[in-house]
Amino acid sequence: MVEAQEDFVQKRETIIIKGNEAAAYAAKSARVQVISAYPITPQTTVVEKLSEFVDNGEMPGTQYIKVESEHSVFASVIGASKAGTRTFTATSGQGIFYAHEMIHWAAGARLPIVVAIASRGPAPPWNIWADFTDVLSQRDTGWMSAFCATHQEIYDEILMSYKVCEDHDILLPKFVAYGGFILSHTSKPVIIEDQDLVDSFLPSLPSEEGWPHIWMDPKRPMMFGNLIMPSSFYLEFRLKIQNAFIRVKEKIKKVTKEFEKIFGRNYGNGLVQEYKMNNVDVGVIIYGDLALQMEQAVDELRDQGYKVGMVKLRHFRPFPTEDIIEVAKKVKLLGVIDRATAFGSQTGGPVSCEVKTALHETQETAKVLPIINGLGGREVTLEQQKNQLKALIKFNETGEIPKDTIHGTLWDGLLEVE
Amino acid sequence: MDYWRLNKRMVKLKEALESCQEEYFLPGNSCCAGCGLELALRWAIKALGPNTALVTPASCLNVVVGLWPKTAPNFPFTNMAFAAGAAAATGMSAAFKAKAYRFPGKGWDEITAITFAGDGGTADIGIQGLSGAAERNSDQIYVCYDNEAYMNTGIQRSSSTPHGAWTSTTTKGKDRFKKNLPAIMTAHDIPYVATCSISEPLDLYNKFKKAKSINGCKYIHILAPCPPGWGLESSESIEIARLAVKTGSWILYEVENGIMNLSKASRSLLDTSKRAPLIDYLSRQKRFANISEKDLIELQEYLDHTWKRLEADLLCQDQYPK
Ligand SMILES: Cc1ncc(C[n+]2csc(CCOP(=O)(O)OP(=O)(O)O)c2C)c(N)n1
Ligand code: SF4
Ligand SMILES: [Mg+2]
Repeated sequence: MVEAQEDFVQKRETIIIKGNEAAAYAAKSARVQVISAYPITPQTTVVEKLSEFVDNGEMPGTQYIKVESEHSVFASVIGASKAGTRTFTATSGQGIFYAHEMIHWAAGARLPIVVAIASRGPAPPWNIWADFTDVLSQRDTGWMSAFCATHQEIYDEILMSYKVCEDHDILLPKFVAYGGFILSHTSKPVIIEDQDLVDSFLPSLPSEEGWPHIWMDPKRPMMFGNLIMPSSFYLEFRLKIQNAFIRVKEKIKKVTKEFEKIFGRNYGNGLVQEYKMNNVDVGVIIYGDLALQMEQAVDELRDQGYKVGMVKLRHFRPFPTEDIIEVAKKVKLLGVIDRATAFGSQTGGPVSCEVKTALHETQETAKVLPIINGLGGREVTLEQQKNQLKALIKFNETGEIPKDTIHGTLWDGLLEVE
Repeated sequence: MDYWRLNKRMVKLKEALESCQEEYFLPGNSCCAGCGLELALRWAIKALGPNTALVTPASCLNVVVGLWPKTAPNFPFTNMAFAAGAAAATGMSAAFKAKAYRFPGKGWDEITAITFAGDGGTADIGIQGLSGAAERNSDQIYVCYDNEAYMNTGIQRSSSTPHGAWTSTTTKGKDRFKKNLPAIMTAHDIPYVATCSISEPLDLYNKFKKAKSINGCKYIHILAPCPPGWGLESSESIEIARLAVKTGSWILYEVENGIMNLSKASRSLLDTSKRAPLIDYLSRQKRFANISEKDLIELQEYLDHTWKRLEADLLCQDQYPK
């Protein structure tokens, strides 16, 4: 048995770690009090790393529950959060689908739970590789969702998320998603911040009273979640969630600024991060790990004289409608690249659909070309991304839709299938 | 009974009766008249006291506690999704431990976390979460109030519905037998398993007191008749619950660290002649009104067989190395 430390100890250091470990370090830096987890590829090493921290006494006081399913993962963090503790878990694909009932529950109860998602493709056929359909399919649950493009961003975004979620004006749960294997299992240098500095950035852990709206305290007996009649406040409670989603955009922007001030890393305005979007003819909206490689594609085409740029979508919920409208004013044609599906929708891609909706009432705006690629971890090469940009340029010049679009959406990479 | 034991029993009775004064599940709740669940919860919380935080998954209990914002329970109480009772209580119990670490000496580790679930929420949809919590020895009391069907949704069969009983989804009587959930929980090797009946409130009171004093996962299964679901007059539920015990249909016992002890009301029934005739129990309930002769015989055989096995188990247990 390892002697438990008195307190959490962390000096600022740069270490080479996997994306999943970055998530685990973030949970430790945030001093989470209750962790509950169930293994699923490609998330597993998050919970393994956390076990190591807890077993080694590096997270004194933290309770780690190793449950028997993801339904119980979410049920137990919900129970723990209700009782007024900071909670964390991580999951992926099938785990999210299995817990869907509880995912709604967490949002309805307005619990500031933060969950790391190493995204993977839904089965069947079995797939364990990057595909954001898992987290995007939780669109209407009342959870915020953010995407990470780098290892560092996983660590940083989890910290920022606690600050946003626990704000008493917000009190909502949040997913922090990154591509399975592409980020979860590759190693990169990540700066782990000084504990004191993180403490100064984050709100302090919940007080003895717990959250302002929900608690489990024999001194203040109260019942939560009971049946409510149609004529009663159900509708109002739902409206309050929607209102919080409106407010949270400014909150995210504020927290992103504060984060930059303290830690020196910039994530645009928090909702979107533009890259070379000045003096552009065409641009793309892209999210997750593919955004990183796309920066290179943009650079290379710019060097060749093409006026291209990109926007990294950092949040899907809340959806940055206002930012998208502004972005769309800068270009004539906007590609929207999904690594996910939304079957039966107008474009087949969840984000492109959302972008079209955002622009619907805007005159003098860009045309949108929806693109779907990289499903289930299918490789998207730099060359391919450059070709996507070139297709947009050509489309913009000729006004002609690229000939391999299907139902108006470019399913890129399909032609490689024999 | 010798004087000392009688005296001890009287003390307990007095304590139980005194604690009766305090109500934690308040009047004005919307239980049907004669609801077994209501008695079970009232007595359970009387024994545990108000330093208790309760989770209840979807069930009658979710509804009878009151429509928002009215609340009948006078202690921390949270509703939960149907399959999520045991895990949510685990999380709550973990949170109390985390809070005890952060706020030492404030009594956070003295709160009893409890799940109070129906037979459907326990034996069917919730069994995975319950089994997980038991295997982890999650520090909570898990209570199943067993009204032997899904009452909240209108009397559909559950795996805890007895053989031959009418429900709205077993209109000719249930073909299968009742799932023996206390035995399943005993097989998890948790520190405490007990069965109760609402007709034996003192026994129930003592079992909850004992459960509270034990660390880890405790499982208590309470027979709780339901007048509309069983076809009883509201004045009959206690009497019917008592008949369930007297006929040997519902056996009261405790299993402490793997050792089973029959409780007083059931102990004498090892002697077959002491058991009241099964028909006395069945004939009073409309759910058995159309039971076939075949099902009746099968129920009797099942009961006899259960007791024979129990006797054998107890004999075998006597041989355990001490
Ligand atoms: C996932 C899910 N499935 C179904 C339901 C509908 N439902 C609510 S309560 C209930 C039956 C509860 O039966 P039991 O646990 O025996 O409690 P009782 O109502 O008998 O007290 C059902 C089927 C639900 N709430 N959630
Ligand atoms: S239906 Fe049965 S269990 Fe439900 S409240 Fe009425 S009597 Fe109680
Ligand atoms: Mg029931």
